[in-house]
Amino acid sequence: MSAWRVPRLATLLVGFAFLYAPIVLLVVYSFNASRLATVWTGFSTHWYAALLADEQMRGSALISLEVAALSAAIATVLGALAALALERFGGFRTRSVFVAAIYAPLVMPEVILGLSLLLLFVAIGAPRGFWTIVAGHATFSMCFAAVVIRARLAGADRSLEEAAMDLGAGPVATFMRITLPLAMPAVISAYMLAFILSMDDLVIASFTSGPGATTLPMRIYSAVRLGVSPEINAISSLLLGAVGVALLIGAVAQARRTNAA
Amino acid sequence: MPRRPLARGARAVLSAPYLWLAFFFIAPLALVAKISLSKSVVAQPPYAPTFDLYAGFGALIEAARTLSFDAYRGLVADPLYFESYLTSLGVAALSTAIAILVAYPLALAIVRSDRRWRGFLIGLAVAPFWTSFLIRVYAWIAILKEEGLLNHALMTLGLIREPLEIFATTMAVVIGIVYSYLPFVVLPIYNALEKQDVALREAAADLGAGPLRTFFSVTLPLSASGVVAGALLMFIPAVGEFVIPDLLGGSDTMMIGRVMWNDFFENRDWPAASAGAIVLLAILVVPIVWFERRQTRGGAV
Repeated sequence: MSAWRVPRLATLLVGFAFLYAPIVLLVVYSFNASRLATVWTGFSTHWYAALLADEQMRGSALISLEVAALSAAIATVLGALAALALERFGGFRTRSVFVAAIYAPLVMPEVILGLSLLLLFVAIGAPRGFWTIVAGHATFSMCFAAVVIRARLAGADRSLEEAAMDLGAGPVATFMRITLPLAMPAVISAYMLAFILSMDDLVIASFTSGPGATTLPMRIYSAVRLGVSPEINAISSLLLGAVGVALLIGAVAQARRTNAA
Repeated sequence: MPRRPLARGARAVLSAPYLWLAFFFIAPLALVAKISLSKSVVAQPPYAPTFDLYAGFGALIEAARTLSFDAYRGLVADPLYFESYLTSLGVAALSTAIAILVAYPLALAIVRSDRRWRGFLIGLAVAPFWTSFLIRVYAWIAILKEEGLLNHALMTLGLIREPLEIFATTMAVVIGIVYSYLPFVVLPIYNALEKQDVALREAAADLGAGPLRTFFSVTLPLSASGVVAGALLMFIPAVGEFVIPDLLGGSDTMMIGRVMWNDFFENRDWPAASAGAIVLLAILVVPIVWFERRQTRGGAV
């Protein structure tokens, strides 16, 4: 329908401008020479240099990466098991409780999750710090991982699994050689999603953290509360760049796979 | 079929995620409920224990008599809490409505684009979801501030004389929520629209319906499920949102997430914060259950 071409293109233009203008402005102003974040005075990489010299920022970045890598690994394994149980085991007793516990954290306000986890750690006397953040992040990420992997298992062809079983493969062998390879793209997506959710989380980390375990979002948040600064723009741009590169790699891999298929 | 070993193995597979969630999700929520019924004291941890489960049944009954509803009474007596619940629901509802009005045309424009571009465009619309929430909210501070980029641009263009006061208002919070949650709304609407058969629209056109009529009696009703999914996915977390009202809102936008955060970290009144959380859960339980029902019936996020 060519009559709709112009309004359609205009909608796309306005929509994507709204989505991307703030991000582009943030990156552009990270190269601003001025400390005043909104007046452009010239190009400079000064703030990136300042960032690299900032040991607190570097330390927090490292903690965040470690928390994300570990919690995403736990979340992916638990999420995959949960997805398998939901998709392949049919009905079992208290299934509805399990389903509720998987789906509720997807939408539940983070403040409630954070508060409840902190009360748990206080009640059992666990020293708060690195490991409590890992546990907290693994808990909500595993629900996202379960949903992503479950969608893939639901769409997978069951006949291959049945054939393997008929040919004498046990449940473990069938899972390792048929189900898991088939679900691999979803497992990788689930890990990436869990990693990003952990890297990005401020609220749950703030509740579950203790002395000496300040994650990058916590560090950025306390800096942001003091106002806009080119240094925050610089660290934000680096994080955006890292995600952008990862998404690009994912998109290219996806395109190759689709072309090959 | 060898049912028995399979069943035992299945139980092992299920028990790992189940026990994890029982310990780190269900038990903590029960704890929140418990602490909301205890008295606030100046101590570490700052609440008086209500009952000790190990002390036996008799002690439990004894303790039940000393249960304190102070925190809930405080909630009712404190107009701050009541107003913050209303503000939260209002802001979340308004933001969700605006997000649907923005997301629907965008999703429709993407679906009606050339097939070769569709995947790329929906990827582009969802990509911001993968970037840091905190950073995207932060980006709006620089834009909306009194001496920010928006006012700067409008005044340079001569469109306004005085800077607009958007930052630290409810409007800034609404803008921030719409912006941050937009990918959550675009994707389900896109999925619903993409599944529609072109033949239905052609049939409507053949039967003499104009483009508007076709839209309102075919396209829109058939995509209602996507709209509802997107709205739930956004509305529920937005009610309890903390980061956006904290960074973009002013003192007049006291949303419940912020009040709870303050009670917890600044006033150190854990029972009050816990009671606040329980009431918030009670408010959200209907949309959460609705969301779960939809998801388990096979809708994809």
